[in-house]
Amino acid sequence: MIELEGLTKRYGSKVAVDHLSFQVKPGVVTGFLGPNGAGKSTTMRMLLDLDNPTSGTVRIDGRHYRELAEPLKYIGALLDAKAMHGGRTAYNNLLCLAESNRIPAARVSEVLDTVGLSAVAKKKAKGFSLGMGQRLGIASALLGDPEILMFDEPVNGLDPEGIHWIRNLMKQLAGEGRTIFVSSHLMSEMALTADHLIVIGQGRLLADTSMADFIRQNSRSFVRLRSPQWERLLDVLNQNSVPFLQTGDGAIEIDNGRIEALGELAARHQLVLHELSGQQASLEEAFMQMTAGSVEYHAHGATTPGGPPPPPDRGAGRQAPNWGAHDQGRGV
Amino acid sequence: MSTPYQQQPHPQQAPGGPLGTYTSPIAVRRATFGDALASEWTKIRSVRSTMWTLGVLIVLLLGLGLLTGIVVRSSDAHMGDNSVLLLGFYGVLLGTICVITLGVLTIASEYGTGMIRTTLTACPSRGRILAAKSVVFFLLAFVIVTAMTTLVAAIQSALLPDARTPSGGEWLRATVGVGLYIAMLGLLSLAVGALIRHSAGSITIMIGVVLLPLVLALFMFTPSLEGVRNFLLEYSIPSQLSAFYGESISGSGPAGWDPLWIITGITAVALGGAFLSLNSRDV
Ligand SMILES: Nc1ncnc2c1ncn2[C@@H]1O[C@H](COP(=O)(O)OP(=O)(O)O)[C@@H](O)[C@H]1O
Ligand SMILES: [Mg+2]
Repeated sequence: MIELEGLTKRYGSKVAVDHLSFQVKPGVVTGFLGPNGAGKSTTMRMLLDLDNPTSGTVRIDGRHYRELAEPLKYIGALLDAKAMHGGRTAYNNLLCLAESNRIPAARVSEVLDTVGLSAVAKKKAKGFSLGMGQRLGIASALLGDPEILMFDEPVNGLDPEGIHWIRNLMKQLAGEGRTIFVSSHLMSEMALTADHLIVIGQGRLLADTSMADFIRQNSRSFVRLRSPQWERLLDVLNQNSVPFLQTGDGAIEIDNGRIEALGELAARHQLVLHELSGQQASLEEAFMQMTAGSVEYHAHGATTPGGPPPPPDRGAGRQAPNWGAHDQGRGV
Repeated sequence: MSTPYQQQPHPQQAPGGPLGTYTSPIAVRRATFGDALASEWTKIRSVRSTMWTLGVLIVLLLGLGLLTGIVVRSSDAHMGDNSVLLLGFYGVLLGTICVITLGVLTIASEYGTGMIRTTLTACPSRGRILAAKSVVFFLLAFVIVTAMTTLVAAIQSALLPDARTPSGGEWLRATVGVGLYIAMLGLLSLAVGALIRHSAGSITIMIGVVLLPLVLALFMFTPSLEGVRNFLLEYSIPSQLSAFYGESISGSGPAGWDPLWIITGITAVALGGAFLSLNSRDV
């Protein structure tokens, strides 16, 4: 179990991590989500006692990281940067780590095999592609066969095959009863792998919830209507007291509406419909809404900091009712 | 992306299932300082820069030693009061650059590559890492310099049989003494590398430390600077090194084993500073 209490990190006047308190519980995959610059890597460095917190504490199974004599046997970490010596072979890079923790040398070949780098074990790390570098980093994390594993943006720069491999590896490791703490700036990635979700923005905790709850609360389903007889459509909906939302692009959305009932209603009033469709709001949008005020770097005019572009069928100005005034822009 | 949010329940989440019960089949044996030494030995022997710096060091020591011996022999120059051991000085003086480079790289290259984060994640005790690096580097540099200076001295004695036979004390200082001094200078470079965290910068600083006092002294003509000039001449690293050969560039200043105590003191302070810096600064 990893416990953070009031963890804060300042770089000069910049607050990178702001009074973070949460726990990473054993036996599940905990996703650590936040836009670029939210403070994920800084938090992870403080967990590993690489950076000193300005204030607050981190405990791993009740102990401070520096009190662990053979930390690789408790916690394995993949940091976002390539943290190996390029002039050393993959094997030797892992061997010196194994030796410092009294891990038998045979284990080095084992983990190289696990990550699929056996064939290049005797090759220098500097010749490795980004994906191979990530695999080597994961091999170093697995070296001590630790109970806790921490991955900082493990899918960054990987090809689809590599991404698939890492997802499966994390599931397998969690299935063995290990604690997995994995960061990402992509909601979709978290939704695929995490059981529990911790969201931060500008160093502050925004959510600490189970993935299932997050999905339940944030995946709004609604029916979208589009009609050339717009005025009449609104009248009909009002007469039948159906609550609705108008989007900026001339469509109408009805939360939790039944598509059949709405179709029949339109037919009864002989309304021409150009669209009648069931929709599901994406979690990516929920995440973006949550962090909208706290996005560190964003391109002007772009609506998706780091995330995939929204599907084309989504209106640009739509906001869910619980997120504030309807016609307001997204504020990004 | 149509249905990416369906959760696949993990086995350990089943109600009543045990949580966080993973135990590794690998036995936990307490890691000691010896394990840190083994790790640092693997590191230093598995990079090419070690082979390069030590290779060039050996070539310089042997090559310049042989060359001076052959030149003196063929020119019939008179060695005067000096023993043949002095001929080893030039190789050692140039060789300091190699030892400085290796000393700096032993720690600063970890900052350059990002390896330091992995290293300190695996062994969070900064003191242990610094001590292990220091011991491994010092022993390696000491053994190589001592072995090579001994070999060169033996060759030169054979090449110049007419020169004065050095005493046992002179032999000891020109081999073991020089080995200790040079290894200590390398250790000082390691400490500077830990403080500066940048290979090129640290190497430049250390070469400046070796050369600058002499160069500065050469330009201090004014009588009012006489005192400073003499101090720089006497305590510059080349002068201190020459003391091991019973010779001193300035004719006064530290003699005998004094230079070793001086550099040991400076290195101890620098290592202390490096430890404090490692312990308190972010990686
Ligand atoms: N060593 C540092 N010095 C100054 N600022 C830093 C340093 N490391 C991180 N930061 C700043 O702290 C914030 C958080 O960064 P980081 O933890 O890398 O975010 P994330 O990993 O979530 O993208 C960023 O604004 C970044 O610029
Ligand atoms: Mg990061």
